[in-house]
Amino acid sequence: MDKTGKFVRKPRMNAKRRNKWDPQKKFISGKRDPFPGDSSLHKNRIEKYERARKSQLNRKPFVKSKSSLHQSEVKRQTVITQAAKHDLLLPEESGFLKGDEGEDTCTITQQDIAEVVDITSASKHFNLVLKQFGPYRTNYSRNGRYLLLGGQRGHIAAIDWYTKKLHCEINVMETINDVRWLHSHTMFAVAQKKWLYIYDNLGVELHCIKQFNDVLRMEFLPYHFLLATCSSTGFLQYLDVSVGKEISATCVRAGRLNVMCQNPHNAIIHLGHSNGTVSLWSPTVKEPLVKMICHNGAVRALSVDRSGMYMATSGTDKKMTIYDLRTYKPLSSCYLPLGAGTLCHSQTGLLAAGVGNIVQVYKDAHVTAPRSPYMCLSVTPPIHGLQFCPYEDVLGVGHGGGFTSMIVPGAGEANFDGLESNPYETKKQQREWEVKALLEKIQPELITLDPTQLVEIDTATVEQKRNESLEQMGIDPTKKTPFVPRNKTKGGNSTGNVLKRKKIVAEVEKREEIKKSIAGREEKSVEEKVTEGHRSALDRFKK
Amino acid sequence: MKVKVLCRNPDNYVRETKKDLPKVPRNYDPSLHPFEIPREYTRALNATKLDRVFAKPFVAALEGHRDGINCISKHPKSLSTVLSGACDGEVKIWNLSTRKCTRTVQAHEGFVRGMCVRFCGNSFFTVSDDKTVKQWKMEGPAYGEQEEPLHTVLGKSVYTGVDHHWTDALFATCGQQVDIWDEQRNSPMQSYSWGVDSVSSVRFNPVEVNILASCASDRSIVLYDVRMPTPLKKFILSMRTNVICWNPMEAFIFTAANENYELFTYDMRRLDEPLRLHTGHLSAVLDVDYSPTGKEFVSASFDKTIRIFPYDSGQSREVYHTKRMQHVTCVRWSSDNRYILSGSDEMNIRVWKANASEKLGLLSPRERNAKDYNKKLMEKFQHHAQVKRIARNRHLPRSTYMQMKEHRTMLAARLKKEENRRKHSKPGTVPKISKKKAAVVAVVE
Repeated sequence: MDKTGKFVRKPRMNAKRRNKWDPQKKFISGKRDPFPGDSSLHKNRIEKYERARKSQLNRKPFVKSKSSLHQSEVKRQTVITQAAKHDLLLPEESGFLKGDEGEDTCTITQQDIAEVVDITSASKHFNLVLKQFGPYRTNYSRNGRYLLLGGQRGHIAAIDWYTKKLHCEINVMETINDVRWLHSHTMFAVAQKKWLYIYDNLGVELHCIKQFNDVLRMEFLPYHFLLATCSSTGFLQYLDVSVGKEISATCVRAGRLNVMCQNPHNAIIHLGHSNGTVSLWSPTVKEPLVKMICHNGAVRALSVDRSGMYMATSGTDKKMTIYDLRTYKPLSSCYLPLGAGTLCHSQTGLLAAGVGNIVQVYKDAHVTAPRSPYMCLSVTPPIHGLQFCPYEDVLGVGHGGGFTSMIVPGAGEANFDGLESNPYETKKQQREWEVKALLEKIQPELITLDPTQLVEIDTATVEQKRNESLEQMGIDPTKKTPFVPRNKTKGGNSTGNVLKRKKIVAEVEKREEIKKSIAGREEKSVEEKVTEGHRSALDRFKK
Repeated sequence: MKVKVLCRNPDNYVRETKKDLPKVPRNYDPSLHPFEIPREYTRALNATKLDRVFAKPFVAALEGHRDGINCISKHPKSLSTVLSGACDGEVKIWNLSTRKCTRTVQAHEGFVRGMCVRFCGNSFFTVSDDKTVKQWKMEGPAYGEQEEPLHTVLGKSVYTGVDHHWTDALFATCGQQVDIWDEQRNSPMQSYSWGVDSVSSVRFNPVEVNILASCASDRSIVLYDVRMPTPLKKFILSMRTNVICWNPMEAFIFTAANENYELFTYDMRRLDEPLRLHTGHLSAVLDVDYSPTGKEFVSASFDKTIRIFPYDSGQSREVYHTKRMQHVTCVRWSSDNRYILSGSDEMNIRVWKANASEKLGLLSPRERNAKDYNKKLMEKFQHHAQVKRIARNRHLPRSTYMQMKEHRTMLAARLKKEENRRKHSKPGTVPKISKKKAAVVAVVE
């Protein structure tokens, strides 16, 4: 009752209203919430967590699955918002480099940066003078802590470059074509003059794999535990390092293969060929998934960024082109006077190119054709290995004079995920991760251009449905049983006779079918005639 | 020049002492977690495999009867108490937690045909071939007392089943007709008969407590209301129904275990066609019982197996068998939804897990999380061919497997024959009748 004595109907509290935030509501302690309402999130933040979802069911969902679909959609939304809110709690911010007004950032030298930044960061720029056995190939481990150097003249060194501790240093007295860490820092693969070798982090030779000969380049697919190699004999081979078996060997039929990179988004291997084409390979398919002509001359270097959307290529035509891997069309292209011999993408999308004796780093190369580089560094030619260090603002350059670690502000992902790869992991964590990773090793059959295909809705074809029902029932009622001629005596069962009888039956059947089809056609024509308007009064008695 | 270079303080990422937990910073950015879906799929596949590895459903066998077991009943108040009646007239009361027989009663001189516990749990009723209905106290006789029934009623004919009302002091027996008894009287309050055939079982509805259903050897199922003088409805199936069971959650739904190897789930309001057919058994289905959640039911069959069906699925999700289990005559789903009890011809009561791969005992929070996560993964990827194959595959004894194949061939031949008949007769004279439609012969109001 209100003051006037009239009954006032209270607004009904339905379920929806009850769930809504009530700003007047107090906490149990009696305090008011100082910031009432839902915390606001910027749209971009949420977009970052939206996964690509292609297939929305065209038709309406079945009544049975409607509520579950709705529920899962609600859950998905909450997961996204929760994750987006978690962004605020991330401890690190990524680096950057801004020139003063009129100052080009590419004129800033490493010494300038090292002078300005703190000691720890400054120590990330260093030079290893190794003139004897170069040029060097480089590889950082997945967490970015360990560095592997392989000199062309046989020198291998594994270093924990955070602490500058040397794990091993050996000389294999053979040409080294490529070096690569396997899933952890305890093992690495070396492609030597003839065969592929696997060493542990103390430099002990574990395996010599003679099935893999004359390997020129290697890529390790960490989630599949596959080591992909391409050789001068023109073979693309995959080695499963968890079981030590060769998964597949494909003859690419394109001559010597010395340009290779992996797409980190879908584990497809990209190969560059001397005729200017780039081909995309999956281990279970014997043909290239995609073949694209990228350059007029030979392809010299390839790199795919982390999102798997952009591919950078450079060729002997001295062009560097960025391709969109969703449409396979070029986005931007630029002419480099000497042409890039090596290319590499960073986690944040910076692109490094080794041009002659200069390392150039480009920013936003896929948006516009780059006019001038973001950063530059000149080293002793030739530049042989180039890789951004994961989770650090560092670019490792292996060259004729040894190895140079170059500071590139804004190159690394600032916040790592401890369950994926952790630079500061303990031994126990590392072991645990290894077991878990092996348990969820993805089978090589699942390497496809689109890794999200597995959760797309697969609408069954008529054929599939029929097969399924067949499996349940055991027989196909619509299927015609083949004619089996009856047993006859006195030579009636001779092969020729049987065949003759079968033929007769087959012909009878065929004739009947033809008759039927003719009858159907006639009927149709009669109907058409009737509809044409030639109706007589007697037509009504027709059946 | 403005510059900032990424520089982490290791103190934020490395634990201080060895006794601390290692630090695990998280970042949920999808680009840091590539191959999300293939990895999830692999996890789901592993979970499904592990589920099958840990599927050990058999818990215990309760030995002690000296003849085949004919009926089992649950205690409505105590989870650990189970009663069983055997073909030699013996009734045993079991304690499931100790797996021991706590009491033995020589109740009758013939088969114990039916048994039910009163809703209060203080007494139980047994009926037998010796034409008696007896009421027994749940507790054993005190020191020096004789083991005697509370009441004994001598009837005119053989009784084949008994069931108690869920709230009132009424119970129903069946034999030549269905009788409704008041507990205090020696003659039935009411007798229903529709046709002359013997009635094999009777069940009260646990929700709509005044409704009951019976099945008779003239292939009919009859529904009654205790408040009415005449039966409600009768419908006739193509073959005899052995037992029916009401869904404890949906008052109008019941499942009938039929002689033609199938189970039928009916809506009481629409009897002309079953809601669903449940196939899978390879011989007559002898008993059926719903889980307390009403989502699933378990059936026992003459083919020496027990099957668990989701109530809305035509195929069983699980089949249980052991080397020594013979024709399973009775089956019950325990009231905590975790166990299944089956009694069979070779004098044993077996306790099974309702969920074959469930771990018994307490789960640590991490275990529980892992279990829930795996369950969800299996659900998410259940339609993928690999996952489905592993999840559905069951090992069957060779004899059962061959029987299944034979049964399939027979069904196929029948189908083929019908198809041929249709092909060679005048169009329209041999209509296609769905299996569901064919199940019901007639509905009599």
